[in-house]
Amino acid sequence: MRVLRAAFEPIGRSTLALLEYLGGLALLLWDGVWWMVVGPLRGKGRIRREESFFQMRRLGIDSLGIVALVIFFVGVILAFQMAYVLKTLGVTEYVANITGVAMTREMAPLLVAMVMTGFSGAAITAEIGTMVVSEEVLALETSALNPVRFLVVPRVLASMVIMPFVSLVATYIGIAGGFFVGNALLGIEAEKYLSRTLDSLKYKDIFTGLVKAEAFGVLVALIACHEGFHVTGGAEGVGRATTNAVVRSIVAIIVCDALFTAFFYYFL
Amino acid sequence: MTPPSTEARARGSRRTDEVVIEVKDLHVAFDGRPVLAGVDLRVYRGETLVIMGGSGCGKSTLLRTMIGALRPNRGKVVLLGKDLHALDEDGLDALRKRFGILFQSGALYNSMTVGENVALPLREHTSLDEAIIRIMVKMKLELVGLRDFESLVPSQISGGMRKRVGLARALALDPEIIFYDEPGAGLDPVVAGVIDKLIADLSRKLGVTSIVVTHEMGSAFRVADRMVMLYEGRVVAEGPPEAIRATADPLVRQFIHGEPDGPIPLRRSKTDYAEDLLA
Ligand SMILES: Nc1ncnc2c1ncn2[C@@H]1O[C@H](COP(=O)(O)OP(=O)(O)OP(=O)(O)O)[C@@H](O)[C@H]1O
Ligand SMILES: [Mg+2]
Repeated sequence: MRVLRAAFEPIGRSTLALLEYLGGLALLLWDGVWWMVVGPLRGKGRIRREESFFQMRRLGIDSLGIVALVIFFVGVILAFQMAYVLKTLGVTEYVANITGVAMTREMAPLLVAMVMTGFSGAAITAEIGTMVVSEEVLALETSALNPVRFLVVPRVLASMVIMPFVSLVATYIGIAGGFFVGNALLGIEAEKYLSRTLDSLKYKDIFTGLVKAEAFGVLVALIACHEGFHVTGGAEGVGRATTNAVVRSIVAIIVCDALFTAFFYYFL
Repeated sequence: MTPPSTEARARGSRRTDEVVIEVKDLHVAFDGRPVLAGVDLRVYRGETLVIMGGSGCGKSTLLRTMIGALRPNRGKVVLLGKDLHALDEDGLDALRKRFGILFQSGALYNSMTVGENVALPLREHTSLDEAIIRIMVKMKLELVGLRDFESLVPSQISGGMRKRVGLARALALDPEIIFYDEPGAGLDPVVAGVIDKLIADLSRKLGVTSIVVTHEMGSAFRVADRMVMLYEGRVVAEGPPEAIRATADPLVRQFIHGEPDGPIPLRRSKTDYAEDLLA
């Protein structure tokens, strides 16, 4: 009995902690959606448009360079790895099909989400966490300015708008990376490579990629905000929360990605 | 409770008999460690109440509970006729627009300029024209002597200046009640004096109710219509400044004269020192 208890108690406790965490996230999401839709309609407080645009620029434009760099090389890697197998089958030109589909459905949204996590997720947590520590959030609250409307809505909204866009751009650049390998190094003719890419892509591939990007965008911003609001214990707490935000976002993105991928595989 | 003192009247106190804040049997604990243990307090409209007490005795905690930012373990706060901790978010927000707070650290919005900090409550809670808001921001900043600093961001100004901007921001919506958490801390004597005068003017000229938390006795006696002293989570003394100054209570005497010896111990530990060392 004691052994059983020793074995299961930690599991039970961490399950509870996980559920509590997910509950907290869901609550924040609900609050965010409320202040995005219901609140403005009822005249409780408008969406801060300028701040949202500012966040979009910060999230999107600023991260685009790194995203482009990373995804180009992912395209290169993907093409080489595919060619390694496909060559033995004598169908090297299929590199184009596979790179195109994998980029669109999977690699672009996933890698953009990863870059965003390190890039803007961490920044959001640090920013909000610092505001909590310096009593700025308390000042907002006591001035009848809801912190969710004020801080969460612009960031989640920006992430929702920017992520599919960046993901789409990343898809092109990733395919360009694959094209570079396929055309310049493996000797697949340009026209053939491009027509193969286009032929193998269906609208639903683009659609599923965008759905993923959208979901990841919400996740990254939401988790970052959540961690920021729960900072305790000064500057040190901000550092801890930032690490937490990145780690938790990555786990959440991967799990979410697996669920989406399975769903799309069977039902779409 | 004590009526306004003759001294306070002579200085033009606008205290009335209307109770704007009533604190009843307030208990607040952090992780089981009690900080407030039954605070009872009344604040009358128009008066300046000074809450004094040693560092870490729970003054900021009391203030936070009085503005509805902390939920007490027991007891209640009635602010402007509303039971603060029974209100929903909308009710609270309606109330929050009627009081202003100067936080101990200023708590400016660091991503905004000084001017935007002061303008924010006006932009969010009024439908005033941008031109009028700009004028009002200048007026509020002029009150605290910082009109020329409008376009700087908080990281570019000193701690004392941040505090003054915080005050200008607290004044933005012309609140009925203003809470000050250590208004003079970190300011040079001249500026601290200016802030004291401002607190007094707001109360005497505009009839604003002020609650000032401080452990600086000079400033406390300059602004107070009435004083309370907080010690070990309770109000241990209450009265007009002249009565507090003349008190025979050794606790209060020690505090206002800053004497090292007396009933107030330096050490706050409840455990036995020798036992703790040997544990
Ligand atoms: N969020 C919190 N969690 C745990 N303990 C807290 C918290 N806030 C305050 N305390 C504790 O409550 C006590 C009173 O703190 P408070 O900030 O109210 O003191 P204070 O009288 O304002 O002191 P000071 O004059 O230094 O500003 C302190 O012992 C502090 O450690
Ligand atoms: Mg304090």
